[in-house]
Amino acid sequence: MDLHTIQIEPGTNGTIPEGFTRQDPSKVSSEEYFLNMGPQHPSTHGVLRLVLRLDGENVLELVPHLGYIHRGIEKVAESQTYLQNIHLTDRLDYLSSHINNLGYCLAIERAMDIGVPERAEYIRIMVCELQRIQSHLLWWGVSGMDLGAITTFLYGFKERELITDIFEELCGARLTMNFFRPGGSFADVPDTFIPRVKNVIKIMHKALQEYDTLLTGNIIFQERTKGIGILSRENALSYGCTGAVLRASGVHYDVRKDDPYSIYPSFDFDIPTGSNGDCFDRYYLKMEEMAQSLRILEQAVARFPEGVYRSKVKTAYKLPEGSYYSQVETARGLLGTYIVATGKPQPYRVKFRSPSFSNLSVLNELASGHKLADLVTILATLDFVVPDIDR
Amino acid sequence: MYPLQNGIGNLIRSLFPENAMLINSTISIISLLLLVSLLPVFLIWLERKVAARFQARIGPMRVGYHGLLQSTADGLKLIFKEILKPEGADTFVFFLAPILPASATFLVMAILPFDHHLQVADPAGGVIYVIGISGLSILGILLAGWASNNKYSLLGAMRSGAQMISFEISLALVMLLIVMITGTASLREIVLSQQGSVLDWWIFKLPGLGAIAFLMYMISSTAELNRAPFDISEAESELTGGFATEYSGISFAMFFFAEFVNMFVSAGIASTFFLGGFLAPQIGIGVIDMLFLLIPGFIWFFLKTFAVIFLYMWFRWTFPRLRVDQLMYLEWKMLLPANLILLMAAGYFMAMGWVL
Repeated sequence: MDLHTIQIEPGTNGTIPEGFTRQDPSKVSSEEYFLNMGPQHPSTHGVLRLVLRLDGENVLELVPHLGYIHRGIEKVAESQTYLQNIHLTDRLDYLSSHINNLGYCLAIERAMDIGVPERAEYIRIMVCELQRIQSHLLWWGVSGMDLGAITTFLYGFKERELITDIFEELCGARLTMNFFRPGGSFADVPDTFIPRVKNVIKIMHKALQEYDTLLTGNIIFQERTKGIGILSRENALSYGCTGAVLRASGVHYDVRKDDPYSIYPSFDFDIPTGSNGDCFDRYYLKMEEMAQSLRILEQAVARFPEGVYRSKVKTAYKLPEGSYYSQVETARGLLGTYIVATGKPQPYRVKFRSPSFSNLSVLNELASGHKLADLVTILATLDFVVPDIDR
Repeated sequence: MYPLQNGIGNLIRSLFPENAMLINSTISIISLLLLVSLLPVFLIWLERKVAARFQARIGPMRVGYHGLLQSTADGLKLIFKEILKPEGADTFVFFLAPILPASATFLVMAILPFDHHLQVADPAGGVIYVIGISGLSILGILLAGWASNNKYSLLGAMRSGAQMISFEISLALVMLLIVMITGTASLREIVLSQQGSVLDWWIFKLPGLGAIAFLMYMISSTAELNRAPFDISEAESELTGGFATEYSGISFAMFFFAEFVNMFVSAGIASTFFLGGFLAPQIGIGVIDMLFLLIPGFIWFFLKTFAVIFLYMWFRWTFPRLRVDQLMYLEWKMLLPANLILLMAAGYFMAMGWVL
C-alpha cells in the first residue's frame, strides 16, 4: 500500500479553493482564511466573484471568477448580419457603447472600403468624447461612493444627466445607443445638439473644479489612494493593461494618438501620463482625461461642418473574405474588434479584445499585501465593467 | 436642586408638600423618556432631509407633510418585523446587547442641562459620570458582535470597539481640559461659568485653545458615534453590516435609535461645554440682547445642539472613509499627543492669566 502523507495547511481541511497556490504549511499563518466576495457585492461593479485569501485584514492572494454575465455575444454575432451586430456591441462595455459601436463600424468600413463624410466624422468625434466624459462621470461618482463619500455619486450623476439627455434626443436611448453605422450614423444630429454640447462644456468646466475640491484635494481621499496598488511599468505592459491603468504607470500610449482612427489627428489634445502607478495617479489621470475631452469638444463644436451624415448606404453588407481588425480607445482602454468574414451576410467569427479583461488580470498583483479596504479602492480605480470582461 | 425650581416643580410642591420630591422626580423622568423617544424620530427625518439637500435632492416628501411621518412609519415597520435569533447565539447576551447603548444614552441625557431649572439630575461629578457611562455603549456593541455567532459581525464589533475605546481617551482629555478651566465637574456649573457675553463661551476663550479643543471634541465624538468619516464598522466593507447584522425588528431599531440619540447627547455635551448650553448669546447690542433673553433657555440649548448635529451630518455626507489602521494612527499618534500638548498649553495659559 502506498500511503501519501499530504501536508495540510492549517484551517483548510486539506482543500483550498481552486486557483490559489499551495503554500508551504510551515510558513502559513494559522489565522489565514478564505473569504468570498460573491457575485453580488456593492463594490465589485458588477457580477464578479473574488475569492480572497486573507490574514486578518491583509489580502494575501486573490482569484477572480468570471462568467456570471457571459451572454455569448461573440457566438450570437455569428448568426446575425453585420448591421444587426452593432446593437450587440452596445452591451459589451455599456458605459462606452458609442465607442464600441465605432470600433465595430470601423472594422466594417476597412473591410468594404467605405468612406465617411466629414460631418459624420465630426459627429463621431463629438459623440465619442461625450460618451467618454459620461463614463468617467459615473466612474467618479461610484469611486467616491466606494470610498465612503456617498454624495459624489449624486453629484456625478447630476452632470451625467445632461449628457444622457443629449444622447436620448440623439438616438433615443440612454444606455445602449446603437447610433453609428458603417459610413456615418443612422440619423443626423438634431438642431439642439450643438447648443446643448456647448452648455455641457460650460457646466463641466465648473463641475470639474468642484470635483477637485470635493475629492482630489481631500486629505482623507489622498491617504486612501496614494501609494496603494502600485502597478509597475513592466507589469502593466506584460499583463496587457490599457487605458488609464497603463498610462498611470508611465507608458504614454493612447490609441487616439498612437494608432489614430477617424479624424483625431486634426485635433489638439494631450494624453496625461502618470508616474507612480498608484491609485491616485489612475484617479487623477481620468480627471485630466475629462478635461482633455472637453478640449476636443470645444474644437469640434467650433468647426462643425455642414454636409451629409452618412455615406451612401449599401444594399447589403457582405464583407469580402478575410480578417479585419480595428482598435478604438474606449473609456476603459483599448477595445479591439476582430472580424473574420467569408463573404456571407453574417460574420464567421467576431472577437472583441476587451480592455477590462486585461485590466482585471492585474488585480492579484495589485491587491496582494494590501488591506481589504484597499481592495475596494483598487477595484474602483481599475475601473472595469464586468459585462466587458465576460461578454 | 432635584427637580429644580421651575413652574411645575413649584406647583407640585405647593399642592403635595410631603410627596413633592417623588412626584417631581417621576414627572421629570417620564418627560425625559418622552423626549428620548420622540427625538430619534425627528433626528432621522432631519438626517434624511439634510443628506438629500447635500446631494441635490429633496428627501422624503410624501409620508406626512414634507415627510415628517416617514421615520414614524419606518419605526412602526421595524416594530412589526419578526425578531430572529441566529442559531448558536447566546440568547441572554444577544437580547441584552441592544438595551445597553439605549440605556446609556438615556442615562447621559438625564444630566444634560436643558435650562436653568430643567435638568433631571446634576451630580457634582457630572463629567466623570458621562465618561463612565459611555463605556456602556461600547460594551453593548462588543456584546452584540460576540453574541451573534457570526465571524463577520465579530470582526465588525472588534473594529468598532477598538475605535470607540481609543477615541474615548481623547474625549476624556478634552473634557478634562474644560474641567480644568472651569474648576468644576458639574454640567450646570460649567454652563453657568460661561455667563456674560457670547465671547465668554469656552470656544472663544483661551486665545485659540478653546477653538482647538472644540475641534478635537468634534473629531473624537464623531469617532465615538461611529459616524463618517469613521464609520468603518457601518460601511459595506467586510461584506456585511457590522455588529448589527443579525439583528432585526425592534432589537435593530434600538441600536439604530440609540445611535441617533447618542448623536444628540454628544452634540448636547458639545454645546454645554463650548457653546454656553442654555445661555442666550449676548452680543452687546442692547435691543437684540433683550430679545434674545426673552427666548427660553431650552430653545437656545436645542438650537445650539442642532447646529452641532448639522455639523455631524455635514461631515458624514462630505468626507470619504478612513481605513482602520489610519483611524488608529490618527488617534494614538496624532490626536492623543496633540491633546496632551493642548492640556499643558492650557495650564500654562491659565497660570499666565491669558484666559481672556
